[in-house]
Amino acid sequence: MKGLKIVVLAKQVPDTRNVGKDAMKADGTVNRAALPAIFNPEDLNALEQALRLKDRFEGSTVEILTMGPGRAAEIIREAMYRGADGGFLLSDRAFAGSDTLATSYAISCALKKLGYDLIICGRQAIDGDTAQVGPQVAEKLGLPQVTYTEEILKAEAGKLTIRRRLERGVESVECPVPCVITVNGSAAACRPRNAHRVMKYKNAKTPSEAQESNEDYLTMTSTRPYLKIHEWTVQNIETDPCQLGLFGSPTKVKNIENVVFQAKEAKVLKPNDEDIDAMMKELIVNHTIG
Amino acid sequence: MGNFYTDNKDIKFHLDHPLMKKIVDLKERNYTQAQEFEEAPKDFEDAIDNYDRVLEIVGEICADVVNENAESVDEEGPKVVDGHVKYARGTRQNLDVINQAGLNGISLPRKYNGLNFPIVPFIMAAEMVARADAGLQNIWGLQDCAETINEFATEEQRMKYLPRVSAGETCAMDLTEPDAGSDLQAVQLKATLDEKTGIWYLNGVKRFITNGDGHISLVLARSEEGTNDARGLSMFIYDRNSDAVTVRRIENKLGIKGSPTCELVFKDAPAELVGDRKMGLIKYVMALMNAARLGIGGQSVGIAEAAYREGLSYAKSRKQFGRPIIEFPAMYEMLSNMEAKLHGIRTILYETARFVDVYKTYYFVSKERALDKDEKAEMKEYEKLANIYTPLQKLFASEYANEITYDALQIHGGSGFTKDYPIQRYVRDARITNIYEGTSQLQVVAAIRGVTTGQYLKYIREVYETSAIAPEQEYLKDILKEMATELENATDCVTAVGNTEYTDFHARRLVEIAGYTIIGHLLLIDAQRDEVYAKSADIFIKYGQAKVAAHTAFIRNFNPDDLGKYKKA
Repeated sequence: MKGLKIVVLAKQVPDTRNVGKDAMKADGTVNRAALPAIFNPEDLNALEQALRLKDRFEGSTVEILTMGPGRAAEIIREAMYRGADGGFLLSDRAFAGSDTLATSYAISCALKKLGYDLIICGRQAIDGDTAQVGPQVAEKLGLPQVTYTEEILKAEAGKLTIRRRLERGVESVECPVPCVITVNGSAAACRPRNAHRVMKYKNAKTPSEAQESNEDYLTMTSTRPYLKIHEWTVQNIETDPCQLGLFGSPTKVKNIENVVFQAKEAKVLKPNDEDIDAMMKELIVNHTIG
Repeated sequence: MGNFYTDNKDIKFHLDHPLMKKIVDLKERNYTQAQEFEEAPKDFEDAIDNYDRVLEIVGEICADVVNENAESVDEEGPKVVDGHVKYARGTRQNLDVINQAGLNGISLPRKYNGLNFPIVPFIMAAEMVARADAGLQNIWGLQDCAETINEFATEEQRMKYLPRVSAGETCAMDLTEPDAGSDLQAVQLKATLDEKTGIWYLNGVKRFITNGDGHISLVLARSEEGTNDARGLSMFIYDRNSDAVTVRRIENKLGIKGSPTCELVFKDAPAELVGDRKMGLIKYVMALMNAARLGIGGQSVGIAEAAYREGLSYAKSRKQFGRPIIEFPAMYEMLSNMEAKLHGIRTILYETARFVDVYKTYYFVSKERALDKDEKAEMKEYEKLANIYTPLQKLFASEYANEITYDALQIHGGSGFTKDYPIQRYVRDARITNIYEGTSQLQVVAAIRGVTTGQYLKYIREVYETSAIAPEQEYLKDILKEMATELENATDCVTAVGNTEYTDFHARRLVEIAGYTIIGHLLLIDAQRDEVYAKSADIFIKYGQAKVAAHTAFIRNFNPDDLGKYKKA
């Protein structure tokens, strides 16, 4: 295959994996200040799949598209350290309060402008766990989609062969490009940040960031264009304002509950064959194992 | 999701040492490369920021990948397959990730795709790798062979080999043979020059070669027929792509099991001469060895760090007699001594690394332009310091790594003797550090000159004793001054006998007295920059004071005529 223009959809999320006592505010919303902002883990798996295609097909490019506040540019740099060519930050007050529908709408509008051969994203983000944005983007762009991707096995003649990780096994499917694929956490871990790339790209900035740090952005990006992280507002893409942000989001949060898991019942087994046998059967029947 | 850099503030503390400014200014030639190389820093802060970021990558990989693989690597180890080494699965994965992260050629110039880092951050990375898997540090750390190629080979050879090292090819230094271990003058591997083609061919056997099947090997061989001493030896580069060396076997070792220790058979193996003929041992091996000894210092500190943490966490969680055992004096004394020793060997390690950095960088600058008089004098001064500090830090770091791992296992009680805990691995891994790259006994031979010529004493008095110390810590400086006087008196007492064998007999004691004094000063000076080291300074200096008292008592009470009682037939 010739070089592919790959766009990776990624999200900066609060690190919900090490949640402490102060992770939630009294009103039931996430206390973002208490949680470090990270690259959504499965989006890193997605980035690795993209970079592997780039390694295989000379002339390919990998670009990150993310929507979020100004500081979300951090994950674009992070992706550049790991091998991405550059990225686009979609940032505007008009996008604030988007649910998955409004998010996928805004992203699909940006993708139309950006152009693509292949769109790859993580299965879901750890702050919402909806797994909806990827499939919705595919629908809005009229593209085929492959979810739960674990590995892209083959890529030839405009067609990908993909192994999917399903609940009780794996299956391999073929899909024409362009398409959207969402990548599972069981896929290969993303390659590390590269020392050379970190030194090369650490000053990559969006125009807003450059303004804040009082830098001569034009000179910097004209001599070293790779330091430019693109920043798009609603003005840069063609959208229907009714479908954006809070207004375009039908999801209404009614109530958030703080759930604390605790063990309710315990079962004591005797160390003999009968009890172990019974436990094995029980676990197989309720599909805990097997 | 750990990080061996960000979880250990001691490393960053040494990266922020005041002398780093001079080192980085020199290394970056006053930041003149920023236009030519997109990675080059524009000023000192930018350079330190680069080191910081790259060390954070190293720290993350060490914690999340290398450390996770360490147990399986220790179990599985490398194998010989068809005359070549096959690393353990975990080792292969570690190297892949390290290569993807671009962590090779760390100290090489940018034109060879290196990172152009000083030795200090390189050793910091080495320390973290060793904390995760000491055996991997051997394979990865051998990239310092490239430093020797950079220093002594031709530009053509540098262009040929150095970018390969930066791209992740591994190295080896092939020095020892079955009958040439500590005594390298006895090396017999034969190098023959084919006059017609100008190609050298190597024949013979090398033994105990770490990573002997590496891509690029520096080989010490006898190029001058009929000679039997150091003057007949030259240094060669052997490229594994020539496929003329086979691995006959790898040793079954006590520790650093992930690192293949090879017996190699050279059969008409084509090789390139490095530098001048006959200078192999005299000049190039000494350079290689000094770099390697610093690397072993880093490895020792890394193992000690891992062991101390294990000991501390076990002592906190293990309860006996209704209390965590850390509350018992026997335990907390042991742990505080371990911590003080750990801080001590780290501070002398980086003091030495800085000395090496200054003089090596001046050396490379001198190849580009003539140094002025002051610069020349400074280069000489730091070279001398590097030469006497390198064996001293290797001696203390490796011996203390053994003591710290030993004590950390002791804290574990019977559990430490099982393979359920990693502490047994640290004990086994530490055991080689005071043997290879020169045993502790040989470090003493190298360091004793610093004692008898008064070089240590001079530096102690002129630099350390004149450093500004907070009034409430002056009492520690007073103790250190007494220790320096003891060093002077004990040295006089021994050398007055005028018998070199007698000096050799007491050499270790004298070198250790110098070491306790120097490490004590360094910790005290560290405590001025950050008070967290005040406790270790106090504990170490009093510990050292007692050791010095024991050594000096032994020397003073020793009758030179009694040497005979110790001699064995």
